[in-house]
Amino acid sequence: MLDMRLYMAQRLSALVMAPFVIVHIGVMIYAIQGGLTAAEILGRTQGSLFWFLFYGIFVVAVSIHAAIGLRVILFEWAGLKGVALSVISWGIGLVLFAMGANAVWAVTA
Amino acid sequence: MHVAEHGSVMNVTVQRGSADTPTRTETFDVPAYDNQTVLDVVSWIQQNADPTLTYRFACRVGMCGSCAMMVNGVPRWTCRTHVSKVLDGNKINIAPLRNLPVIKDLAADMDPFFDKWVAAEGKHHPTRTREEEIAPVDPQAEERQAASAGIECINCSICYSACDTVTGNPDYLGPAALQRAWTLYNDAKDADRDAILDAVSGKGGCHNCHSMGSCTAYCPNELDPLSAIAGLKRATTRRFFGRRG
Ligand code: FES
Repeated sequence: MLDMRLYMAQRLSALVMAPFVIVHIGVMIYAIQGGLTAAEILGRTQGSLFWFLFYGIFVVAVSIHAAIGLRVILFEWAGLKGVALSVISWGIGLVLFAMGANAVWAVTA
Repeated sequence: MHVAEHGSVMNVTVQRGSADTPTRTETFDVPAYDNQTVLDVVSWIQQNADPTLTYRFACRVGMCGSCAMMVNGVPRWTCRTHVSKVLDGNKINIAPLRNLPVIKDLAADMDPFFDKWVAAEGKHHPTRTREEEIAPVDPQAEERQAASAGIECINCSICYSACDTVTGNPDYLGPAALQRAWTLYNDAKDADRDAILDAVSGKGGCHNCHSMGSCTAYCPNELDPLSAIAGLKRATTRRFFGRRG
């Protein structure tokens, strides 16, 4: 089920996510000290190539990582196999990517 | 043998049936003795209560690996499991090994287990021909020690039965076969490490392991398949990044 290719994709995406999660949470805690409004957030993120790349890569890593993880659960616990398993796993990855990309575009464009 | 002072009769529930008949349980009253293994209990039933009871054993001393069964839901080598260790009140429940088809009653079909040894490339790839001299082995070498740690496996399939990943994923090669692959991978006399890593990198390979560790927890010989599988994951990852496998 989880061959070398999927295993590496999941481990490497986890490796990418680790620093992103820390920066994501760290910046949130730091930024809300003394209150924060939506306008202030957008003021920092809109037009910022840095935040576009930061959350863009984050979203790609999350989509890969979560889709593979859920694929294992669907196979081992729900008994999904073959084409159904592949279609649903790809579907989960693509939906996560579309939602994330939409959000990243909305705050950084 | 003396009848033990405390409660002289045990209540033993045994799973019966085969691949073609629906399984059922039967309960037997078995006399309790001071010194008695679970295999003794099964043998007593077969010899004194129901001669049609099917089970498997050979050595009775923990060497052959043929007597493993589920005892109160836990995979154990029955010839080395003392009744006093597992008795629940005065009850014991005995069933065939989990994760394997049943041939009849307590005899599980070991074919899938051994097929996976072969599938995990659990065979020797010689470095020399029989005409050449025997290569010396350094027992202190780090790789030799990693191999030696896993070679006392008796193929009892207890780890395979204990593994929930096998339950959820019938293609998974399982702890024993992967540990075998790891011992060969670390064997200085094995000439085809790439073939071993290829064999453990497929759909049922070592990367399916969730590191739950039931294999290591239940191995009656106190081997550590969990670490062997982790070793294979490291070796395949090193090879993925182009380093020596
Ligand atoms: S009968 Fe040989 S290991 Fe139990």
